[in-house]
Amino acid sequence: MATGTVKVYGPPMSTAVSRVLACLHEKDIPFQLIPINMSKGEHKKPDFLKIQPFGQVPAFQDEDISLFESRAICRYVCEKYGEKGNRELYGTNPLAKASIDQWLEAEGQSFNPPSSTLVFQLAFAPRMKIKQDEGAIKQSQEKLAKVLHVYDKRLGESRFLAGDEFSLADLSHLPNTHYLVAATDAAPLFTSSPNVSRWWNEISSRPSWEKVVELQRTA
Amino acid sequence: MVVKVYGPDYANPKRVLVCLIEKEIEFETVHVDGFKGEHKQPEYLKLQPFGLLPVVQDGDYTLYESRAILRYYAEKYKNQGTDLLGKTMEERGLVEQWLEVEAHNYYPPIFNLVMNILVSPLLGLPSDPKVIQESEEKLGKVLDIYEERLSKTKYLAGDFFSLADLIVVMEFDI
Repeated sequence: MATGTVKVYGPPMSTAVSRVLACLHEKDIPFQLIPINMSKGEHKKPDFLKIQPFGQVPAFQDEDISLFESRAICRYVCEKYGEKGNRELYGTNPLAKASIDQWLEAEGQSFNPPSSTLVFQLAFAPRMKIKQDEGAIKQSQEKLAKVLHVYDKRLGESRFLAGDEFSLADLSHLPNTHYLVAATDAAPLFTSSPNVSRWWNEISSRPSWEKVVELQRTA
Repeated sequence: MVVKVYGPDYANPKRVLVCLIEKEIEFETVHVDGFKGEHKQPEYLKLQPFGLLPVVQDGDYTLYESRAILRYYAEKYKNQGTDLLGKTMEERGLVEQWLEVEAHNYYPPIFNLVMNILVSPLLGLPSDPKVIQESEEKLGKVLDIYEERLSKTKYLAGDFFSLADLIVVMEFDI
């Protein structure tokens, strides 16, 4: 199959875009990143809506397909390029894959909502001169603390979320956690939890993620 | 060995039941009463540490998150019952795309509406009219996009029925 045909649309600052970029780096897939200027509303223009009708980022194109939703893109990339790069990323047997899907869903359903709210409120709203919503911040911190309590127990029993190998489930947490630990005072939610802290240090120092952080820094 | 599905027979557990029926997989249900808080009891939390419904037990194996359960059984029993994942990798990619759309764009406003309109009154809790209005607006926009999509394809992922369609079959027969 031809490589060198992968295109990702969106700004690298976007958590969802960076999720896909991390996955592509883990799989050693070269890609072209096409920037979308969201402050100029480029994601709501008709040309972009053709490939992402919800007007969200990222969008993804490969020789045979046009896709959106970062976690769907990651799953597709892992299936299509199974033999490339990190082969364990989405499991090499059905039970391993199911465990990864379970924790990917936990990320999407339980971790993502409160952590996304905190990323926006604590890291982006000040930069965008938007008034912070103290109620939303408090509620999200409480919810996230409860979720991380479950994670800490799990990560005391297992090296990574889905098992002994780094997987898509861990990768999916990189974007939001990076902002919260590096750029906000919600960092202690992660750093004060011994097993979560150990896990975060391990997954965030992977070369694939360091490449994404570097791209975010220089974009 | 029969698959055990823990939970009531509506909401997210229902998706799992519908999937197992489509895949012709034998199962039994273990009723967990959400209204009585049975899903927050220590015995249940051993199976599902987030205290959410459903969880399945398949012999020694435990799996939670309805969407993960659907994917696992749809793939494990690909050659049995209704095919729910499409025939090619690209069709599977589109199934995954619309599964994620459901998870992040469709489900959140529906969940808010169900909680505020159906569940809160039953629990004697106040409803939030602001949340109801915002959720209706969000859901309306999402359904506009579904309408546009379904004017071009018979089902969400293409001209084939899949998990992406099954996932939205979720009733609250309370």
